[in-house]
Amino acid sequence: MSTMRPSLGRIAYLGFCTIVFVFLVAPIIVIVPLSFNAEPYFTFTEGMLRLDPDAWSLRWYREIIQNEAWAKSLANSMIIGVSATVLATVLGTVAALGLASSAMPARRAIMGVIISPMVTPVIIAAAGMFFFYSGLGLGQTYISIILAHAALGVPFVVVTVTATLAGYDPNFNNAAASLGAGPWTVFRRVQFPLISPGVISGALFAFAVSFDEVVVMLFMAGVEQRTIPRQMWSGIREQISPAILAVATFLVVFAVLLLLTVSWLKRREEGRA
Amino acid sequence: MAGPIKLSGGPGYRAKVRALGLVAPLLIFIVVTFVAPLGTMLLRSVYDPVVADALPETLELLEDWDGIELPPEAVYAVAAQEVKRAGAERTLGQVASRVNRVQGGLRSVITRTGRELREIQQGPWRESMMTIDSAWADPAIWYAIRTTGERFTARHYWNALDLQSLPDGSVVRQPEDRRIYLRLFWRTLMISGLITLLCLLLGYPIAHLIACSKPSRANLLLILVLVPFWTSLLVRTTAWIVLLQTQGVLNEFLVTIGLIGDDGRLAMIYNMTGTIVAMTHVLLPFMVLPLYSVMNSIPSTQMDAAASLGATPLQAFLRVYWPQSLPGVGAGALLVFILAIGYYITPALVGGSDGQLISNMIAYHMQTSLNWGLAAALGGVLLLIVLLLYAVYERLLGIEKIGLGG
Repeated sequence: MSTMRPSLGRIAYLGFCTIVFVFLVAPIIVIVPLSFNAEPYFTFTEGMLRLDPDAWSLRWYREIIQNEAWAKSLANSMIIGVSATVLATVLGTVAALGLASSAMPARRAIMGVIISPMVTPVIIAAAGMFFFYSGLGLGQTYISIILAHAALGVPFVVVTVTATLAGYDPNFNNAAASLGAGPWTVFRRVQFPLISPGVISGALFAFAVSFDEVVVMLFMAGVEQRTIPRQMWSGIREQISPAILAVATFLVVFAVLLLLTVSWLKRREEGRA
Repeated sequence: MAGPIKLSGGPGYRAKVRALGLVAPLLIFIVVTFVAPLGTMLLRSVYDPVVADALPETLELLEDWDGIELPPEAVYAVAAQEVKRAGAERTLGQVASRVNRVQGGLRSVITRTGRELREIQQGPWRESMMTIDSAWADPAIWYAIRTTGERFTARHYWNALDLQSLPDGSVVRQPEDRRIYLRLFWRTLMISGLITLLCLLLGYPIAHLIACSKPSRANLLLILVLVPFWTSLLVRTTAWIVLLQTQGVLNEFLVTIGLIGDDGRLAMIYNMTGTIVAMTHVLLPFMVLPLYSVMNSIPSTQMDAAASLGATPLQAFLRVYWPQSLPGVGAGALLVFILAIGYYITPALVGGSDGQLISNMIAYHMQTSLNWGLAAALGGVLLLIVLLLYAVYERLLGIEKIGLGG
């Protein structure tokens, strides 16, 4: 700012930042081209570097599409993820409405309990849930996994929706009520549409948590309930093949889509505030 | 409600009830599906009824035993009957594995005794049992049975803290070669501290860069931080395996450019280095996002003002910028540290033997050694550490501010 010529310090600073950004993103980008490897290796073959078309192939994509275990795990991930998300979003949004109220007693303590699944080491939660649900005769069932994933995802919904509600003007509610709308109508017609970007963001967070969860799965799922991360876990530990990279590429694309959606929702929300 | 008699309070009371009513379903849900399982685990760490249920009368008689001499024939007689019964009810194996944890080698003694006693119909029991295995002539086995027979016990916690209780009731440290867990807790804290430090060193400059950039560029740079944040943990861990393994991208590259020989490939994964590199990558966004949100509120004009008053850039940074960014440093560092000490997946996949953390030991006792009491006690200690840090976080920063980004 003071000088036009960038100083040595500034060059070092920008160079360091560039390296950190490369460190953050490069590992994720590298797996994308490698998933098109014609050979069962985890590195670029000479042919790939020469851009020889024979060195590139879709064989790993064919393999995962034809493999029933992957199809089954995708279905499981969706069933468990969507159910857990619906549960977490409904409970979390309703609770956030209460927490946003200035009349809420013991707010900090209650918030502490609700957020605790986010910071508790998952291994402890998973071990406890294993004892708890097998004691109830619910070991290796969809219902116990859905409940577990909903509990792990709900803090994200509460945090996101609470943040959105902090920017919500309660006078909208008063105005609607003064025009004769009942509490439910106020919520459905006025408040919910205005906070919906936050609710959707929270739901996407909750879905991402379930969609990526593997520790609870390791303790509580049978072969029947295997999800994509659980299947990947076996793939990485047992017979690591580039098919994993094809799945990983799908998941990267999925993550980018989720991220862009959430960023877009957030910008919309900020634009309105 | 609008009844003729007002019960209590006014509109404030109603608003309170309404707010609580909205929160109640979630609170009940969390208590049932999350807090109760944690409670079950903690109960497991202090409560173990298996031996007490299998050998009730033996244990009752052992209460009068001095712990030094061998118990009298009457104890052997009752024990023989109860061991037989436990064998028939198939609980003897569980009893044997518990006794075995107090003193190695007793598992086979007990199971074999159960088997061979089936053929023996009458006493003297003491002689018969000593013939089956000479371990019955040693008070140690009786001590082990009495110890494991306590329904409520602290022995899993003694174990988890590398302590042992002696027959005379004193609690001492385990012998040097059996002190595993404290060292592992210590190593977990050290590795987590190192990862936190690395995240701070890498995260601080880029959070600063993002906070100082024009909005359009800041958005783009934020996305670079958020891509790894949203990408599946397993994908990121796989990516590091692909990059760092012996036949992986980085080693191939170094060999190709001739920096290392083909036989000098670096072992960068399946060891502690792998754990540290991969976890730093995984947790870095949790450092950058809280830092960024704090730095974003520091006016950039302050640095110019400091400079115009004669401060060198370093002075301006240390005296003006750094103190104001401290809440972000605290939030990010605590969050990363809390997440790191409980990490399981990444060390399990890329940690090899020396890159394992305490969570991996808990998983080992849950799934392989099946010593659930010890797993629960290790979990209890870890949970205590995390809750203390969580309380610090809540005290210093307020829990709603927990870093998310998005």
